Amino acid sequence: MGGLQKKKYERGSATNYITRNKARKKLQLSLADFRRLCILKGIYPHEPKHKKKVNKGSTAPRTFYLFKDIRFLLHEPIVRKFREYKVFVRKLRKAYGKAEWTGVERLRDNKPGYKLDHIIKERYPTFIDALRDIDDALSMCFLFSTFARTGKCHVQTITLCRRLTVEWMNYVVTSRSLRKVFLSIKGIYYQAEVLGQLITWLVPYQFAHDHPTDVDYRVMATFTEMYTTLFGFINFRLYQTLNLVYPPKLDSKAESELKAEHEEDYAMDSESYLEKLSALSASLARVVATAEEEENQLDLFPTEGEDQENMQAREKEQKEQEAQKRLFEGLKFFLNREVPRESLAFILRCFGAEVSWDKSLCIGGTYEVTDETITHQIVDRPDMDKQYINRYYIQPQWVFDSVNAQMRLPVEDYFLGTTLPPHLSPFVEEKDGDYVPPEKLKLMALQRGEKPEEEEEDDEEEEEEDEEEDDVDDEELTEEKNLKKMEGTRAQGKTLAVKVTPGKVKPWETGSVGNKVRLEQEEKAEEKRLAIMMMKKKEKYLYDKIMFGKKRTTREVSSLRCAPNGCKATHFKFEWPSQSPDLNLILRCCGRT
Amino acid sequence: ARPGSVLHPPGPVLHPPGPVLHPPGQALLCTPPTRPGPALYSTHQARPCSVLHPPGQALLCTPPTRPDLVLHLYSTHQARPCTPPALPSQDIRNTVGNIPMEWYQDYPHIGYNLDGKKIFKPIRNKDELDEFLDKMENPDYWRTVHDKTTASDIRLSDEQVDLVHRLQKGQFGDVNFNEYEPSVDFFTNEVMIHPVTNRPQDKRSFIPSLIEKEKVSKLVHAIKMGWIKPRKPKETTPQYYDLWAKEDPNAILGRHKMHVPAPKMRLPGHEESYNPPPEYLLTEEERMAWEQQDAEDRKLPFLPQKHSCLRAVPAFSRFIHERFERCLDLYLCPRQRKMRVNVNPEDLIPKLPKPKDLQPFPTTMSLVYIGHSSLVRSISASPTGQWLVSGSDDCTVRFWEVNTGRCMKTLEVGGAVKSVAWNPNPAVCLVAVCFESTVLLLNPGLGDRLVVSSTDQLITSYEPPEEDKEQAVTWALSEGPEHDNGHRLTLTHPKAVKQVVWHGKGDYLASVMPDNSSNLQVLIHQVSKRRTQNPFRKNKGLVQCVSFHPLRPYFFVATQRYVRVYNLIKQELTKKLMTNCKWISSMAIHPGGDNLICGSYDCRLAWFDLDLSTKPYKMLRHHKKALRGVAYHKHYPLFASGADDGSVIICHGMVYNDLLQNPLIVPVKVLKGHQITHDLGVLDVTFHPTQPWVFSSGADATIRLFT
Repeated sequence: MGGLQKKKYERGSATNYITRNKARKKLQLSLADFRRLCILKGIYPHEPKHKKKVNKGSTAPRTFYLFKDIRFLLHEPIVRKFREYKVFVRKLRKAYGKAEWTGVERLRDNKPGYKLDHIIKERYPTFIDALRDIDDALSMCFLFSTFARTGKCHVQTITLCRRLTVEWMNYVVTSRSLRKVFLSIKGIYYQAEVLGQLITWLVPYQFAHDHPTDVDYRVMATFTEMYTTLFGFINFRLYQTLNLVYPPKLDSKAESELKAEHEEDYAMDSESYLEKLSALSASLARVVATAEEEENQLDLFPTEGEDQENMQAREKEQKEQEAQKRLFEGLKFFLNREVPRESLAFILRCFGAEVSWDKSLCIGGTYEVTDETITHQIVDRPDMDKQYINRYYIQPQWVFDSVNAQMRLPVEDYFLGTTLPPHLSPFVEEKDGDYVPPEKLKLMALQRGEKPEEEEEDDEEEEEEDEEEDDVDDEELTEEKNLKKMEGTRAQGKTLAVKVTPGKVKPWETGSVGNKVRLEQEEKAEEKRLAIMMMKKKEKYLYDKIMFGKKRTTREVSSLRCAPNGCKATHFKFEWPSQSPDLNLILRCCGRT
Repeated sequence: ARPGSVLHPPGPVLHPPGPVLHPPGQALLCTPPTRPGPALYSTHQARPCSVLHPPGQALLCTPPTRPDLVLHLYSTHQARPCTPPALPSQDIRNTVGNIPMEWYQDYPHIGYNLDGKKIFKPIRNKDELDEFLDKMENPDYWRTVHDKTTASDIRLSDEQVDLVHRLQKGQFGDVNFNEYEPSVDFFTNEVMIHPVTNRPQDKRSFIPSLIEKEKVSKLVHAIKMGWIKPRKPKETTPQYYDLWAKEDPNAILGRHKMHVPAPKMRLPGHEESYNPPPEYLLTEEERMAWEQQDAEDRKLPFLPQKHSCLRAVPAFSRFIHERFERCLDLYLCPRQRKMRVNVNPEDLIPKLPKPKDLQPFPTTMSLVYIGHSSLVRSISASPTGQWLVSGSDDCTVRFWEVNTGRCMKTLEVGGAVKSVAWNPNPAVCLVAVCFESTVLLLNPGLGDRLVVSSTDQLITSYEPPEEDKEQAVTWALSEGPEHDNGHRLTLTHPKAVKQVVWHGKGDYLASVMPDNSSNLQVLIHQVSKRRTQNPFRKNKGLVQCVSFHPLRPYFFVATQRYVRVYNLIKQELTKKLMTNCKWISSMAIHPGGDNLICGSYDCRLAWFDLDLSTKPYKMLRHHKKALRGVAYHKHYPLFASGADDGSVIICHGMVYNDLLQNPLIVPVKVLKGHQITHDLGVLDVTFHPTQPWVFSSGADATIRLFT
């Protein structure tokens, strides 16, 4: 036949991938440097489709990188810097060993450093790309800014993280882009919509960290190095879009006020400036002095049919958002010293409220407790000695729940010393067949504009008392009530895309008709059963898997519905349009070595 | 014995660390009293025997060859022995030197004495208790010191203790040493008028250096010209600017298009709230289960908790861990794009014609034939469809009227009946019954009298041929009471018979005697000529069942895994069907003759299209347990299979005359009724010859009719 004999593993997928060790050797880097490079450049391993082919016939577990990725790393200027640094360390060690202190000093002065600007530009060619990927950077910077300034990482990193996070919060306050907040047991989640991108970040509660020993802080520091650079550039750009001065400066008016007050208390101007900024109580200076933000109206285009509906929906959404931005406008809050000042001040300022706190708590409080115009005082203690009549004393959860509900919730449930209603996650979107907690249903009703009937609540309580007496009656009653409620919601709930039907099937009253229907159902079920018998093996496997998953979800929902802790079981079934096929990315955690 | 060095601290003489003033280079003469001849020791090489006493006054001397000698302390000044401070009875100094004594841990000895003999460790080490007792009882315990090199305890003398005390206080070891000796000025402080040297100073010390001037002027010039600049203070704060000022919206990622962006963190659900709805909290058992699970198996990575107020919420202990894990995920996890199949499960179910449209088929159980007392192995219906014969393990053969369920006749035979078969020829009334090694041909005497009598006539009209051939089977005509019972012919086989089956014409009869070791497994009998022949010369495996082709002279033999099709006229193998089953249990042939079904003990039913291939056209895995019987209907496109799970499944199996169209197989009904006894359910199924009815016999000793 002629021709050269084809050799194995010299073409195809075997040449597209490279193992980690080979890549490291090609780059002539130590493992630590290689990892650092991967972190900075955003290179990650790939899972080849045919592992055995790529692994040259072996089945040993290996990490594979794309060969193109590694080739791309070859010309990275930072690699040279890494080598320079290595040489620097060697020289320094030698100088130390010889006790040449002038040499040490000289070396120190010429310590090689590197910048990550070009990497950021390369990884995120457009600003929106960068903004899309900022979630992790935010969470990481917020975490680092809470670290104590001892050990673990450089003080400069911590101060830089603090500075950047304060800048970010100031931006969010000024642009009023906060959308959702959530108090979890891990920390406080915030979600903001910046230039159309939803950005979520998590801030830990303000406690000293118990530093774990099984965490490699060098990895985290490398990530933070990259994130701070990215974050700084993003902040710069964001400030630019709002015509704000970067690095941020306080408004001249506010600055003078603050200065007058606190001149004696703070020694150094440079130190206190960041604190003044982080107080979030004053607005920022702008490059171009503008009047108040003008309303940006959506231009109206002549449209037809569906487009028009879409347009209307968009307009409505826009209106809602505008309303949400002004949620707390006109209200005057005072924060007691036991509530988390920074997060509450941040949230309240994001929605246009005026906030103040005790002067001894933090710099930047603008009015005293004694101010008569205060409308709400946020308190997190069981009781207060001295109370003013003309203000509400509420617990902090009210602020969070109100923001999530996009409306000022009735304050009665959140008064001083009352048991709080459950705090729900605003990030959960219930799909077909999911469990909806009753509190959420109530909230949805409130949002639609229904008043929660006090009588009803009373009734419920009574019912609960009655329950022991006659269960059967009670069940029927609640069911009827549910039905009524459902009808009510159906009549009004055009905005809501859910259809509610009673889930319980009543026993068939008319015998013959019922029997016929049942027979038909049985027949259909049997048909299905027989058809399932004729399925191919592969399809049967898939089908069984899908059905197993479905059964599991329904089991979970039912277990939540009749949880022993749960109070009211609901018999509602929600029907949503079925979801569209989606492309899912799965981060495989198995290959971590 | 250099000044300042410490000599043999654990030895009998403690050398104080004070200055040793003996002038170096002097030799010491030492004469042991018991040994003749003087020995000279250099103070430089005072090893191994001589020790200098502090101010060079006394010398301790041990002769190298006699370590057992009493030590004497000599004053170098007075050259007479003085009393040593403490005299151990024996000198056991270790010569190994200043080494870690752990090196001798595993040896019985601890080193070598001056003679080069091993110093052995004490036989018994002091344990804690000994130590304690010693501490309590020994009055000298406080002044006892353990010597590691010799592994012995040394009691310090009063002088030594005194010395230790002095050293502890920071005093000189020697009592007599005067710390405050008057100082002697070596160099005078008075300036002398005469210089030491009288050389005049060099000229170069008076005139400025030209080279230095040149260097300085160069530097000055460089600074003036701005070539040398003072070092800039380093910038510590990063500088930010508008990085994306000239961004190209169409710019693709610098690397390649295979970039997979990292997925975002999962957003928290209700259960993560600090104050979740009560149903999200775990119950006590759930919490226990959660704690016992591995961290990787847990569905929630945290325990939901409820706090009454925000003030009470503690720090989350795994916060840094979780961030770190996210970091690891970002740079260590292989990423892969996966298409998640989003299939509607209903779409996976094949679209089949509705069973309603495929009627008629049996749907309900209408009759139960009760009478047998043990499992009914085999049933067969008469060609007219009026009678049914059944053979059971209770050694009886019963004849039933199909429509009424009446047992018309019961015949006792001499063993458990393995198989019954009604002659398919409607002009003959004969039933083949097999038990043990006998095949019995019965005339039940049911139905048309003419047929019954003509059958009898047929049997009696046999004339034996002139020359008697040796046959494998003996044919015997029944007479007397047996004849009255209906027995007509008895075929005695050499081995146990498992199955009998008739040819479609009703003259030939095949019997199966499963046996792995011989070629005598299948016999074909001709009733009219009472002849028997063995069609096979070779043994091709354990025969399970056999069958005749309904139209052509083919013969099907099912062994354990294969079905072989033989041409009886040409006497050759035409086909070998691979069933892909582990063990075939039963077989049935479509009345058209081109299709075949095989039931197997591994719950599978294989449909073969003989025109298509030797592999199954379709494998049906409908039953949960081993199949025992399969059957085709003579006229309707139906086939049935009975299995140990107690069910009979009726399938519509349409075979088209058009060769291009494959058979259509649709399961139409699952019939249940038989109880499972001893893990056995349905043992045999057979169709009614004319009606769409199916009979099934089971291990619960009943026969059921489904119509």
